[in-house]
Order: sequence, then structure tokens, then C-alpha cells
Amino acid sequence: MNFKLKDIVPQLITVTAVVLVFGFFTYNAQINMENRGIDFGYGFLSQESSFDVQFSLIEYDGSHSYFRAYLVGLLNTILVSVIGIIIATILGVIVGVARLSPNYLINKFAAFYVEFFRNIPLLLQIFFWYFAALRALPLPQDAEAIFGVFFLTIKGLYVPAFIWQNFSVFFYSIVAAIIAIVVIRIHAKRVQENQGKQIPVFLISIGLIFILPLLSFLIGGVGISFEVPVLKQLATTSFIYEGGVSLPPELIALTLSLSLYTATFIAECVRAGIQGVGKGQKEAAASIGLTPNQVLKLVIMPQALRIIIPPTTNQYLNLTKNSSLAAAIAYPDLVLVFAGTALMQTGKAIEIVSITMFTYLTLSISISLLMNWYNKKIAIQEK
Amino acid sequence: MFKYLKQLTSLVAMVAVLFTFTTESMAAKKSKTLKNTQKKGFVRCGVSQGLPGFSNADAAGNWTGIDVDVCRAVAAAVLGDANKVKFTPLSAKERFTALTSGEIDILSRNTTWTLSRDADIGLTFVGVNFYDGQGFMVRKSSGITSTSQFKDGISACTNIGTTTELNMRDFFNSKGIKYEPVAFEKADEVVAAYDAGRCDTYTTDKSGLAAQRTKMSNPDEHIVLPETVSKEPLGPVVRQGDSVWEDIVRWSLNTMIEAEEYGITSANADMMKTSDNPAIKRLVGAEGELGAAFGLDNDWSLRIIKQVGNYGESYKRNIADTGILPDRGPNELWTKGGILYVPPAR
Repeated sequence: MNFKLKDIVPQLITVTAVVLVFGFFTYNAQINMENRGIDFGYGFLSQESSFDVQFSLIEYDGSHSYFRAYLVGLLNTILVSVIGIIIATILGVIVGVARLSPNYLINKFAAFYVEFFRNIPLLLQIFFWYFAALRALPLPQDAEAIFGVFFLTIKGLYVPAFIWQNFSVFFYSIVAAIIAIVVIRIHAKRVQENQGKQIPVFLISIGLIFILPLLSFLIGGVGISFEVPVLKQLATTSFIYEGGVSLPPELIALTLSLSLYTATFIAECVRAGIQGVGKGQKEAAASIGLTPNQVLKLVIMPQALRIIIPPTTNQYLNLTKNSSLAAAIAYPDLVLVFAGTALMQTGKAIEIVSITMFTYLTLSISISLLMNWYNKKIAIQEK
Repeated sequence: MFKYLKQLTSLVAMVAVLFTFTTESMAAKKSKTLKNTQKKGFVRCGVSQGLPGFSNADAAGNWTGIDVDVCRAVAAAVLGDANKVKFTPLSAKERFTALTSGEIDILSRNTTWTLSRDADIGLTFVGVNFYDGQGFMVRKSSGITSTSQFKDGISACTNIGTTTELNMRDFFNSKGIKYEPVAFEKADEVVAAYDAGRCDTYTTDKSGLAAQRTKMSNPDEHIVLPETVSKEPLGPVVRQGDSVWEDIVRWSLNTMIEAEEYGITSANADMMKTSDNPAIKRLVGAEGELGAAFGLDNDWSLRIIKQVGNYGESYKRNIADTGILPDRGPNELWTKGGILYVPPAR
């Protein structure tokens, strides 16, 4: 009995303390808001926002609601995080492997990159890419076309827009290719397990993903044309490009700085992961006749991934949270649009900050869950 | 053991009761903000992060500007020394939270008085110290001389969290022009981006445009278009619910404006005590008991005029002489063709 009490009492005290502290803060906020005549409520979310946003993935203007503005910010945050994570991962893996390269130049260059970019504060890097690199870009009227159709200017990157005919046929052809690849992979695994024969799955997959969509062009009636951006004069010295798709420089600068920064940490995770696999593993694999590619794919990587994934998850979370620095360079992410403009226009500080915090929490937990699931999948399965 | 506990409890209870009574009675007499300010010995004032003419810090950390002078006037009235002010630079986004949360006691940061701000968020505007309106700045070389030359696709740099963002939408919508809003958190970044050529136009209050123009790499390359697209009455703000403090700030500002009206300056204020005009005598504390209404001595307004100067002096020192807006326009006294008109101090 005594033993049990000793176990429970500290926990009870902790829980009570936590509840009391939260209760105090809530009570305090309530009293203060009442004293200052501030209403609390989420009703403002359905009101008209009456401000515009520079860049939005969904249809939005000031006549939409604050909730819509929230969605715009959220989607922009997700966009920059997803692009950032993809680029950072690719770059991180390349640099991480390069750091282990026996080639002196590659090795040292990778090491220099990692040490340089991870030791400069991210906000400074964002400012550098936005203000310093941006200033070096030409005005729209002076921009040289890249491949005749891309224009990189101080006002953004203008790329041609695709105009599809029978897009649905093309889309279904890709879906069909993916299904076919999955079926072939399953079949190949079974064949290998039963008969020990290897089917070149990779080559077949590549072929499928190209040939099926190509067929849709040849016989499916799918057509594609490009809308190339055209220079338009607004005033004597002020120009823009019209038509095509424009990527704002804020998005480019933010993605660039976030991925270059986070890639350094991912590179270190990758290097640690590969070095963490015993040398004997590689030698043993080679001694049973596996080719160097097979050694990497079948022996080294599966073990290295187990070391790489958990710290890399942290880096993905960091990148997502760091994207909130966007506000400094006018990229309309969740913090700028919702916790910035919307907060200012409504004055609903507690409501908006709590929604924003909850949103980031949800985003982070989603990434965590996804990565934990993947980690579990590649973990050692004892039979 | 129990005996001591009982004694201790009654002692604590007695002290608590005593404490409640004393604070109750003092709060009833005086404003809580006033009391705290006098106890601390300085006025806590929220200003901008650097807007020449309104609130700007020099290399030595000395703040100047007409918004700064409002806080200095309050310090002179309440504490007797115009230098006893602690300035907190705030972004447009932070300013109201800083005030409602009690971090500052006066927000004097070129803030536009609007209905929703006054009514919704627990704030009270006490007056107007600058009548402004939103305008647009463009490059001279663009050949644009009027907002009617704006075309679809124009990009406009501005600050977030301001009335500018809303007015901009109203303006472009009413003209049917598609535009690209590029909104930054800090004014310095807006200026840098516009200066680099990211935007075709920079829009904010006209006084702000005139002030920020001085920060551009080459100020002569830019012009402010003649059109004014909104009303922007800028003025100091206090927390809602402390009417004594509200009155002190309001009448500190009014004193500066009325002093100019009666020709009282920092140089001649002492001599004005012997004036024949009772209105002047009241303003310099030689007649009446005006300060008593908010618990101040009778020289409060004299100190404002002597230490900070009248509104005209403040304007000249901060805005005209610095070349930001030499012409006072609507910010001239009503007796001289402007719209500065304050209720009489009596």
C-alpha cells in the first residue's frame, strides 16, 4: 500500500500543478480580456476578410472569408514545406554520400557546403537570397530568355503554361502505368521467391511510365500546347510578363534558403547512417558475390535507413516550422496571412494565435506519424 | 504546531485585507496607469521601428519625431521631465497587442483612427496629431504621373497589418485594376524591395512615403503621385478603461496644439504668465485649476510647452526642417486654413 502511494503521489501533484497553471492562465486571460472589453469568439472566421493576397493556390480575394484566407496561408505553407523537403532530401542525400567519397575534391567541397550553410542563421540566408540575390536579377524588360521560354526576373520566374487537350486521357494513362508497375513488382517478387529468377523491374517500370503516356498522345487524342509568357509594358520603364505561370521571387528565395539550409543537416544524417553500418556487412555482402550496386541497395541502405530516418524526421519538422520565417520576405504563408494580416485586421490575438499554433502542431504531428510509419516499415522485422 | 498555523493564517489574512483596502482607495482616487507611471518614474511609449519625422532613433538612441513628442509631453505633464520616456519600437502587427497587454501605456505610432479599431479591440483613440492620406510612390523614369495611368498587372509593395492593405484593395477594385500585393512585415523591407525594383509602386500614408523616400538609394528617382486615396487621421492610442489616463494623453496633445494657436512657444511660455488673455493664462498655469481634474499640479501644461514646445515647433523641428513635408497642408491650424482644431482648455 505504501509502495503504491509513493508511486501515485508525485504524479498526482504533477497533474494538479499542470491543471492549476493552465487554469490560472485561462482565468487570467479571461479576466484581462473582460476588463479591456475584448470579446472572445471564432465568429470572425466567416466574416469578409477584405484584404488581398499576392499568391494563392485556391481562388481567393478580399471578398472571401477569413477562413478562406486561413486556407490560403495554410496551403502556401504546405507548398513551400513540401517543395523544400523534396529538394532538401535529394540534395542532402547527394551531399551526404559525397562527404564519404574517396575523391578529395568532392569530399572537401561537400564538407565545405555543409559547414558553410549550417552555421549561418537561417533568417540571414533568407534575406541574402531575397534581397542580395534578387537585386542582381534583371528587370523584366532586360531579362534574357532561358531556352527561349523561361524568364528569370526581379519580379519572379515566368514559365510557360501547359494547355492540354483531353487531359483526362493523359491522366488515366499515368494511373494505368502506375497500376501496371505495382502489379509487375508484386509478380516479380513472387517469381523471385518461387523460382529464384530476377525480372528487370526497374527497366520495365521506366518503360511503362514513358510508353503509356506517349501512346495517349499518339492514339488517345491528347494534345499539348504552350502559352509562352509575353512581355507587357505597364509604363515607360515598368514591365511584366503576361500569360504562362509566374512564380513569385519570395517563393523561390524561401524554398532555396530552406532547402539549402536543411540539406546540410540531412547530409549529416545520411553520412552518419552510412558510416553506422559495420564495414563487415559490406565485405560479407561482397564475398557472397553481390555486385557493388546490390551491396548498396540490398545490404547497406536498408540498415543505414534505420539510422537515417529518425533524425531526418526532425529536419523535416524543422523545415516546416522554419517556413514561418516567410513573413520577413512577404511570402504569404500561414504566419504572414493569418497570424499577420488577419490578426491585425480583427484584433483577435488569442483566437488566431491559438489556431495557428494548433495548425503547426497538426502539421508537425502528421509528418511525424508518416515518418514513424515509414520507420516502422523498414525496421528489423523479427520473424 | 496547529497554534502557530492559526496565528500565521490570521496574520496573512489581516495583511491581505489591509492591502486590498489601501489599493482600493488609491485606485478610486487616481488612475491605475497614472499611479504606475509615477511609481516607475517613466512613461512607457510604443513607437514605430523608424519613420523619420514621426518616430526615429538616431545613432545615439535618442528618439525624435512628432509621435515621440506626444509621449514626451505626457512625461513632462505627469513626471515633470520630458526625457523620462521609455520607447518601445513596435511593428504594425505588434502594436495593439503591446498596448492591450499592458507592455506600453501610450501607443504613439502613426496609427490610423478607424471605427473597428476604436470599438473592437479594447483601444481608445485620444485625438489626431497628423492628418494623412494614403498615396502611391513610383519611379520617375516610369513616366507615371497619376494613378489613372496604372494598368493591370501592377505590383504594389506595402506593410502588413495596416489600413493600407485594405485601402489598396478598395482603390484597385474601384478602378477595376488587377494588381499584385506584396506585403512585408517591416517598413525597411518594403523600402528595400521597392527600391530593388520588385514592385512598380509603393503605397502607404503620404507622410510615410515622404519620410521613407529619404531612405532610398537615390531619393530623386522617386515621386509621390498627387492623388490621395483614403483618409488617415493618425493619433495616439491608449488602453480602454482608464479614463483619467485617456484624458491626460488627450489634453497633453491638445495643449500643444492650443499653445500654437495662442502663440505660446517654449521660449516665451514663462513671459505669457502675465498675459491679459485668460485663455493663455490658463494654459501656462497662471489661472484656474486645470491640472486638478486629473490629479496633476497646475504647471503641467506649462511644462509641456517649455520642454516639448507647441505643435508648430514640433512640426517644424521634426517634419518641415528635415525636408520630409515642408508644407503643412491640412495639418495647419484652423485659423490658418488647415483643419487642426481642438476643444478649448478651460
